[in-house]
Amino acid sequence: MAKIIRTAHTEPFVEKPDDDMIICRCEEITKGEIRRAVYDGMSTMNEVKRYLRSGMGLCQGQTCQRLVQNIIAAEMKMKPTEVGMIQGRSPVRPVEIGIFSNNKTDVKEE
Amino acid sequence: MIEKRTADVIIIGGGIMGCSTAYRLAKLGLDVIVLEKKEIGNGGSCRNAGGVRQSARDPKELQLAMYAVANIWPTLSEELGVNVEYHQKGNIRLGLTEKDVKILENHTAKSTKVGLDVKMISGDEAREICPYMSDEIIAASWCPTDGHANPLKTTLGFYKRALDLGVTFISGVEVLGIKKIKGEARIVETDDGDYEGGQILLCAGYDSRRIANTVGIDAPVERQVNEVLVTEAMPHMFDIMLGVAGGEFYGHQSEHGSFVLGGNSGLQAFTSNTDHFMTNSLTAPCISRGIMKYFPCLKNVKVVRTWAGYYDQCIDVLPIIDNIKEVPGLTVAFGFSGHGFGISPAVSIALSELMTTGKSTTIDISQLGYDRFKSKG
Ligand SMILES: Cc1cc2nc3c(=O)[nH]c(=O)nc-3n(C[C@H](O)[C@H](O)[C@H](O)COP(=O)(O)OP(=O)(O)OC[C@H]3O[C@@H](n4cnc5c(N)ncnc54)[C@H](O)[C@@H]3O)c2cc1C
Repeated sequence: MAKIIRTAHTEPFVEKPDDDMIICRCEEITKGEIRRAVYDGMSTMNEVKRYLRSGMGLCQGQTCQRLVQNIIAAEMKMKPTEVGMIQGRSPVRPVEIGIFSNNKTDVKEE
Repeated sequence: MIEKRTADVIIIGGGIMGCSTAYRLAKLGLDVIVLEKKEIGNGGSCRNAGGVRQSARDPKELQLAMYAVANIWPTLSEELGVNVEYHQKGNIRLGLTEKDVKILENHTAKSTKVGLDVKMISGDEAREICPYMSDEIIAASWCPTDGHANPLKTTLGFYKRALDLGVTFISGVEVLGIKKIKGEARIVETDDGDYEGGQILLCAGYDSRRIANTVGIDAPVERQVNEVLVTEAMPHMFDIMLGVAGGEFYGHQSEHGSFVLGGNSGLQAFTSNTDHFMTNSLTAPCISRGIMKYFPCLKNVKVVRTWAGYYDQCIDVLPIIDNIKEVPGLTVAFGFSGHGFGISPAVSIALSELMTTGKSTTIDISQLGYDRFKSKG
């Protein structure tokens, strides 16, 4: 991961007209909330996700990840590719607890 | 602009211990730099299941837990300006068999002996507290003052407050070792050159051990992988923290509605890759089977995400929080053994006192020294 020096912002947070736009549909996180999180110090995709829940819903960021990446990049004056992606997490699609629990191929017999 | 490379204190590790102690030291007026190899909350601090528990703790660290629960957790959201989602609705530990009951009675006896409000309750009483669990549960232990919080928000909340108070965090810099000047710990060597501090706090989880080794200090700490699964959001069902005597899983329903449930397969020491925290295909099914035994009503709830993290497991399952006598200027805090989150707000008070006055006076940590490990007689 690239080196990032983090200090508090000295200038105040500036709101923008399109801050109300919903970016993460699953968790209903707006552009303004993401911009504010970056202002608060969140500087990577994972940090913003953990702070706001963007990308933590049913689609796991498959819909909004690129948009979030672009917003962070713009706020941090970096290239989107430098911001990276959120950490991918298994399972690829939601799986019911009951179905997971049926995977018993490796379970010892009682 | 000249890059900042010196400070009163250099903290190694941007987990909850590093972030919360940075916050407290900055509040005392000290100039602090935190060095983090990846990103803030990369380690256990953003991978744990959020338990804020006093029950089933060793009396040697219980004071840290009781202090945090009595004095810090209830008002932490206001203090940090971030909702840490703290809920103090009790911890219930469930049993299905007579053998489980013995385990629970043993825990309960230990906790009550040190003055904690823990008691055994029947299966029916347990179902009164939480009506969603299986009829097969025959008994439980109950600690009404335990609870849970959101570890991501707490860690990043401490980070944000520390930033507000003037702390500099530098991420993407890996610490390689510590060097002494005139016998005192001063230089932190990294893959980005040297940083210098009047004092150094080493709180890099398991990696602390390797870094401490560079100044001749070692500790019996190992790495153990554990995993957590998270479900889709469900309507609110309960606020209690759950555990089970057999250890199949533990966890809670979050404010958001999802269930956050941790566990392991029992084979993790041999099947998991400790250099890359990848989940193992055995573990989520194993946690799911545990859930089905105690909460069959969650059968159709969907798992959306799983992850792995490691415990910095100390031989006596207790942390090491101390000033190192042989290396003046070096303070360490690691070996939290899978239960450091709940006590972290109190650990940072102990650390800030240790580092500014040489002694932790508010909370007794005298049994958590680095020199407590002895070989066989
Ligand atoms: C799956 C799981 C579940 C858990 N459940 C609970 C629970 O319910 N309740 C509870 O109280 N506790 C729980 N814990 C334990 C808790 O998460 C930890 O004890 C706590 O987070 C430790 O915080 P820390 O700051 O010491 O370590 P960490 O959060 O691991 O932070 C250490 C930091 O140091 C950085 N670092 C490492 N090496 C270097 C280096 N060379 N240079 C620079 N930086 C470095 C790492 O990247 C990391 O960010 C759990 C842990 C896990 C893994």
